[in-house]
Amino acid sequence: MQVKFDVEGGNFSKAGHASSQVKKILKQLNVAPKIIKSIVVALYEAEVNIVAHAYNGTIEVTIDPQKILINLSDNGPGIADISLAMQEGFSTASQEVRQMGFGAGMGLPNIKRNTDEFEIESEVGKGTKLIMTKFF
Amino acid sequence: MDSVRYHHAIKVNLDKCVSCTHCIKVCPTEAIRVIKGKAVINKDRCVDCGECLRACPVNAFYVEQDDLLQIQKYKHRVALFPAAMIGQFPENITENQIYNGLLQIGFTHAHEVEQPISVLKEMVDEYCQQHSESKPLISSYCPAVIRLIQVRYPSMTENIIRLKAPHDLAALNVKQALLEDGAKEEEIGIFYITPCAAKIAAVKQPVGEEESIINGIINMNEVYNRIMLNIENNKEEQDTSHMRQGLTRDGVLWCLTDGEAIHSEGRAMAIDGIHNVIKFFERIENEETPEIDFLEVRACDQSCAGGILLTGNRFLTVERLRKRALRYQPATSSNKIDAKLDIATLKQSLHAAPIPPKPIMMLDKDMARALEKLNRARSIMCHLPGIDCGACGAPSCMALAEDMVQQKAKMSDCIFLQQRWQSQGKISAKKAYKNMEEKWGEDRFEPDCNKKGAKNESF
Repeated sequence: MQVKFDVEGGNFSKAGHASSQVKKILKQLNVAPKIIKSIVVALYEAEVNIVAHAYNGTIEVTIDPQKILINLSDNGPGIADISLAMQEGFSTASQEVRQMGFGAGMGLPNIKRNTDEFEIESEVGKGTKLIMTKFF
Repeated sequence: MDSVRYHHAIKVNLDKCVSCTHCIKVCPTEAIRVIKGKAVINKDRCVDCGECLRACPVNAFYVEQDDLLQIQKYKHRVALFPAAMIGQFPENITENQIYNGLLQIGFTHAHEVEQPISVLKEMVDEYCQQHSESKPLISSYCPAVIRLIQVRYPSMTENIIRLKAPHDLAALNVKQALLEDGAKEEEIGIFYITPCAAKIAAVKQPVGEEESIINGIINMNEVYNRIMLNIENNKEEQDTSHMRQGLTRDGVLWCLTDGEAIHSEGRAMAIDGIHNVIKFFERIENEETPEIDFLEVRACDQSCAGGILLTGNRFLTVERLRKRALRYQPATSSNKIDAKLDIATLKQSLHAAPIPPKPIMMLDKDMARALEKLNRARSIMCHLPGIDCGACGAPSCMALAEDMVQQKAKMSDCIFLQQRWQSQGKISAKKAYKNMEEKWGEDRFEPDCNKKGAKNESF
């Protein structure tokens, strides 16, 4: 099964839409609650990253009986040093974003922790691609 | 575990139901369908919140209760009621008059649920300190919320505080006191006067407990009516203030929103209204909330003042209760509530078993089959109009599609799809009409001037 979401950069009131929808689907599929939780937390972090940093992006979710594969891709500033961004607490979020309670710099490491496979690719000035997999 | 059925107190009066579909739309678990022209509640999904009862324009939903005559079987007949009950009565009626009204109905004792609340308050504090790992800790106060968690948020059952509800504590407390005074166990009948359907279900089939010590349940609106009928003859009443021993300001406020959360040492929030609760639980599941230590969650707007079995306006009830609370002292240590009581035993018996999850959202236990069903439902959605009119008997097009893949509904249940097929010559007008009659009952579409809003409606 495939589901696709468009994400609007800068619109925090809509952040969390994709993760809520995916959560509903996973509950319908009788996926174990703990696994659902990890997926939703990882997806929510990634979704907020697009909203907070990029101009726009898409989320493509593919579900089969063994796993969920989530493909996120955005048009945005990109990440200059990925290994730095993967460190806990590192953040380039603006003051504004931080005041909203986002951008604490736990995003990428948190996504990695909550998924079984995690790939990240980024090009400065173009955008970032994330691929994450979680097995049921 | 799956085979255990819930006890439910909300029933449909089939003679009154006019299949208007108001109820199917408001149900927070999509538990109601219209089948053959009548509302039918799915017992596995219903959480007894009472939203259907509120939405019904013809009072077709009712709350099953025990016969008041039953109290006569006992020598000591205790009316156990939440403080919210007092708040319904107009200001010119005194607490004393209300208590006397209860005695006139036939009770020998009247006791407010919140009288020993300091015991529970201390226990909740202790519990929160000992279980800080499963944050947010969710109060076990509202039984409708607990059932909502079991069916819609199964992963959060671990967060529910494993302590019994105030009515259990109060019943134990009353029983202890009566036994102390020399009453025999079999002579004691404790009757809970309930503000809602969920409390009934919780008493009849407690979640996380084996058996309730409450002997029967009477609906609060019935008691209210009986007291009001007699209130005029109640001028020269006896003093009943001794019956309210131990009642505190915090006790009176406990049933209102923020009644529990305000006492929490850590970061606490109070949320009321079942649809607000759902929105907040979604956030908690996504970890979209800051760290919260204690959550007070109530299914009714304005908590128990908005209970479906209360009479009058919930905001007026809140206002009166707040005024009433000021006449009582704040709660002190439980050791001071009654020297005769065995606080240690009370506390011991307040521990409850874990709450089991009872998920209902899944389409199939087998993941591959569930996925296949979900794919089919999504394909069906391509054909449904997305109007969510409810004319198929399901609350939304998506719900109808899900019913279809569970073989509980068919394509022709959608009236718009039927129209389309008719215009394409795929189905005869006669057949289409027959399909509709099957769903809604044979006489459903005959003109009827007695219906609500029609020419001959009698009020």
